[in-house]
Amino acid sequence: MKIAVIVFPGSNCDHDAYHAATDVLGESADLVWHKDADLKGADVVVLPGGFAHGDYLRTGAMARFSPIMREVQAFASRGGPVLGICNGFQVMLEAGLLPGAMLRNRDLKFLCEHVHIRVEQIDTPFTAACRRGQVLTIPIAHGEGNYFAEPDVIARLEKNRQIVFRYTTAGGEVTEAANPNGSAASIAGICNEARNVVGLMPHPERACESILGSADGLVIFQSVMQSLKSGALVGGTRQA
Amino acid sequence: MRARVFVTLKPSVFDPQGRTIADALHSLGYSSVEDVRQGKYFELDLATTEAAQARALASEVADKLLANPVIESYRVEVE
Amino acid sequence: MIEAPVIERHGLKPDEYDRIVSLLGREPNLTELGIFSVMWSEHCSYKSSRVHLKTLPTDGPQVLQGPGENAGAIDIGDGLAAVFKIESHNHPSFIEPYQGAATGVGGIIRDIFTMGARPIALMNSLRFGSLDEPGSRRILEGVVAGIAGYGNSIGIPTIGGEIAFEPSYAGNPLVNVFCLGTVKASDIIKGVASGAGNAVYYVGAKTGRDGIHGATMASAEFDDKSAEKRPAVQVGDPFMEKLLLEACLEVMRTDALIGIQDMGAAGLTCSTTEMGSRGGAGIEIDVSLVPQRESGMTPYETMLSESQERMLLVVKKGREQEVERVFEKWDLHAVHIGEVTADGLLRVKNRGEVVAEIPNRALTDEAPVYRRPMEMPAYLAEVQALDLDALGPVPRAEQALLALLASPAIASKRWVYRQYDHMVRTNTVNLPGLGAGVVRIKGTPRALSMSVDGNGRYCYLDPYRGAMLAVAEAARNVACTGARPLGATNCLNFGNPERPAIMWQFAKAVEGIGVACRALDVPITGGNVSLYNETDGNPIYPTPVIGVVGMLEHADRVLSRRFQAAGDAVILLGDGFGELGGSELLKVVCGLVRGAPPALDLKAERALQELLVTLAQSQLIRSAHDCSDGGIAVTLAECCFDADGTAADVAIDGVDVARDERVNVAAALFGESASRVVVSAAPGAAPKVLELAAAAGVPGRLIGRTGGDVLRIAVAGRVAVELPIHDAEDAWATALERYFARRVA
Repeated sequence: MKIAVIVFPGSNCDHDAYHAATDVLGESADLVWHKDADLKGADVVVLPGGFAHGDYLRTGAMARFSPIMREVQAFASRGGPVLGICNGFQVMLEAGLLPGAMLRNRDLKFLCEHVHIRVEQIDTPFTAACRRGQVLTIPIAHGEGNYFAEPDVIARLEKNRQIVFRYTTAGGEVTEAANPNGSAASIAGICNEARNVVGLMPHPERACESILGSADGLVIFQSVMQSLKSGALVGGTRQA
Repeated sequence: MRARVFVTLKPSVFDPQGRTIADALHSLGYSSVEDVRQGKYFELDLATTEAAQARALASEVADKLLANPVIESYRVEVE
Repeated sequence: MIEAPVIERHGLKPDEYDRIVSLLGREPNLTELGIFSVMWSEHCSYKSSRVHLKTLPTDGPQVLQGPGENAGAIDIGDGLAAVFKIESHNHPSFIEPYQGAATGVGGIIRDIFTMGARPIALMNSLRFGSLDEPGSRRILEGVVAGIAGYGNSIGIPTIGGEIAFEPSYAGNPLVNVFCLGTVKASDIIKGVASGAGNAVYYVGAKTGRDGIHGATMASAEFDDKSAEKRPAVQVGDPFMEKLLLEACLEVMRTDALIGIQDMGAAGLTCSTTEMGSRGGAGIEIDVSLVPQRESGMTPYETMLSESQERMLLVVKKGREQEVERVFEKWDLHAVHIGEVTADGLLRVKNRGEVVAEIPNRALTDEAPVYRRPMEMPAYLAEVQALDLDALGPVPRAEQALLALLASPAIASKRWVYRQYDHMVRTNTVNLPGLGAGVVRIKGTPRALSMSVDGNGRYCYLDPYRGAMLAVAEAARNVACTGARPLGATNCLNFGNPERPAIMWQFAKAVEGIGVACRALDVPITGGNVSLYNETDGNPIYPTPVIGVVGMLEHADRVLSRRFQAAGDAVILLGDGFGELGGSELLKVVCGLVRGAPPALDLKAERALQELLVTLAQSQLIRSAHDCSDGGIAVTLAECCFDADGTAADVAIDGVDVARDERVNVAAALFGESASRVVVSAAPGAAPKVLELAAAAGVPGRLIGRTGGDVLRIAVAGRVAVELPIHDAEDAWATALERYFARRVA
């Protein structure tokens, strides 16, 4: 499996995703500069966390104009698996790869801590190795992770089973207290209708080694490895 | 010409910043301030002397970048 | 001819002006006067502190770079170096808390990557007035948001720190920020200009009028007109700094660079002068080439601006394009503004016309050095006297413990550190609040442990001992994670040095730091002095803050304060009970700041720390937590927190409580005797722990067992504390956020 980690000038979790993919999982990965226009034959694309272009206007607002994003769009529309983490998720929303938008956290403060998320759907390339209802302990680190979409959009997400992760208690219960940022429907992550594009606010790449306090994020990356191996997925280059 | 673009959250979107400011005003005794909505303000210096053109251009950049139509609406003034 | 009021406005004394005239052999012009004023300010010249700082130990086989560069460096094996420093941004943070703190973070990060190191960890040491004051809450909120806003954006984890509250900081908050980076030792780069004809480059944000006279502002007391100085505060741009960081590290991988320095305090003036001075060279620049954000800026303003996120580089002649190309990749525009010269002069031109010409030596080596008069402060004798018999009623131990756990200094700082991204870069192996900050070094089995500590109250009561205790505590915290302390950095926050009493505090504190650093073998590799921390004549407590860095051989054997399992042995290493002087108990429960701070035996301290490292790395103990604020009772409670509700049953024997039982029990529980650590060990390992302690000459005793859900502490055979751990934890965990839930505009 070959992973392309997109590097925007303000990306700061690019190396973390790269480390998880290479040093922890032993896969090959490339750091792909946002001004490039070539995904270098990647099977999977990761849009990492950070502050892509400083995010002074809105988080992720400028990234969609970077040359590489045209390639990412094309890759995604060919069915290639794309994962957006934190700022990468925000970029996906701004770029229209996924519906909705992010607001500031409910209490207006940046929050960095381990949270619990429940896997709602396992028929995406990034959750295929999970159990449905499995609760993962994964850190969040964001100031604007309060997911918003109009009620009709939320209803559509529910109906199409596009809500992939929800914030819950350790026991897997959806409660207001377990929702760290005020997200609508406790949404922590969603996928597109074709299910190959997944965005989430928590950072699975920060939870891949027990020395860091949790290895629950590994299953996200193992899922996509498994999906590619089983041929359930058509990677960006393989179908060509 | 100068165009001013005012970007605010749509009425349907909860504005925690606005709410916090309203709460603060209430605690200062301004109980007649019923609600506060906050937003962003942009001044664009445009290389045109024609108001209609300036308005069209400002609207275009607001659509494309300054506002996110999912959560925000905007208003343009030209002078 | 420059008039006396102009000289005074520049913070220069008449005799200092005369010295300028004699060094130049003529009257300076206004631009030159401005340049002298910032270079000779306390902030840049260390004119009051230098004679004392020279006495600090700065050598050791582990030291790769001592004081004098942008940051210090120590050897961490495998050809790697840890580069670190602590710096203050006190005055700007009072004027504008968010931007003051944010730009403080930006500045210390630049100091680290300027050395060629990639910054991997941030910490901070903060002081505010009482949280009961809305003003202090507002400053704290702004400072924390500013630290978060900058550090989180640039992607360097803020892995810990400390916060304390005392009324003396109400008008003078302290914001000390620490940054650490790693680099191949052979790749360390210095802030030096050499080789006549080499190109001088400016890169980064444009220059505006912000921060003009920031360095002189940081060298003057505040008064009620300080609010008017607002325009002098700089605004930070973490995105620009992120670009600079990546681009500079990339440029450093070429060998086209001679030297590099950030433009911090005194901006272009300080960077050109210091780089030239270190290299024994001169620098000539033309200010008209400097990118400017505002129109009509004079050479004076350009030279003195403290706009943030700017770097000065010296590039080998002929390699300019290579360097320019790297910056272009990051959308930065490096501008060739001048050359290195052989004449040792700082020569500033404006469109080719010379507007300032000063020998570098006159600005640096020839800057005034003062041996200021000192006098023991009159207040000391009175406050050091403590009569426990006259203490009046002391509340029951349980009540006192709950009050201490809920006091802002001791309460959980989660409300603060959850605002900091403390996990980015995936190296953080000890989360904030669990002890010293620990980051692993990828590609090695090792980790670096770091702690910043200071106790202004102790130093107020006895600056010499208080400073020693700060060094000991920082090193002990590092040792508690299992790391061997290797080096230190200091940030010395004091009042107006022109007062003999303040100067005495300063000298005594520096003396104490020196003695402790020598005894514990943690040389000082750099740091920062912040004087004139006074408002309306009220000085802060003398507050030396010490950052200690140590190394763990095995990152996966890191220890935290938390008990790990029920049934483990609880062992106290070190001894001593009953020293209540300067304690948190006296302050919080009795409203007293009195007595002598705890005694410190540095030999015993060193033995304790070495023992801890041995025990941790041989995996004989499962947790370690030092006894400091609030004494052993608070320490034991903290060992139980975040530990899935595991409490402990402990007995403290061998203390005499006969005469006045309540006071003596309180002293045993809450006294802050130094050099004590509570560790836990599997039952089978406990005898070996005690045996090794005895062999190391460290007092060790089994005081109880972990388990149950009630924290029970008996003193001299009688149960003094019996608290459901959930209640204690709740008081501790929610105290800080309650101050901020009470939202006041």
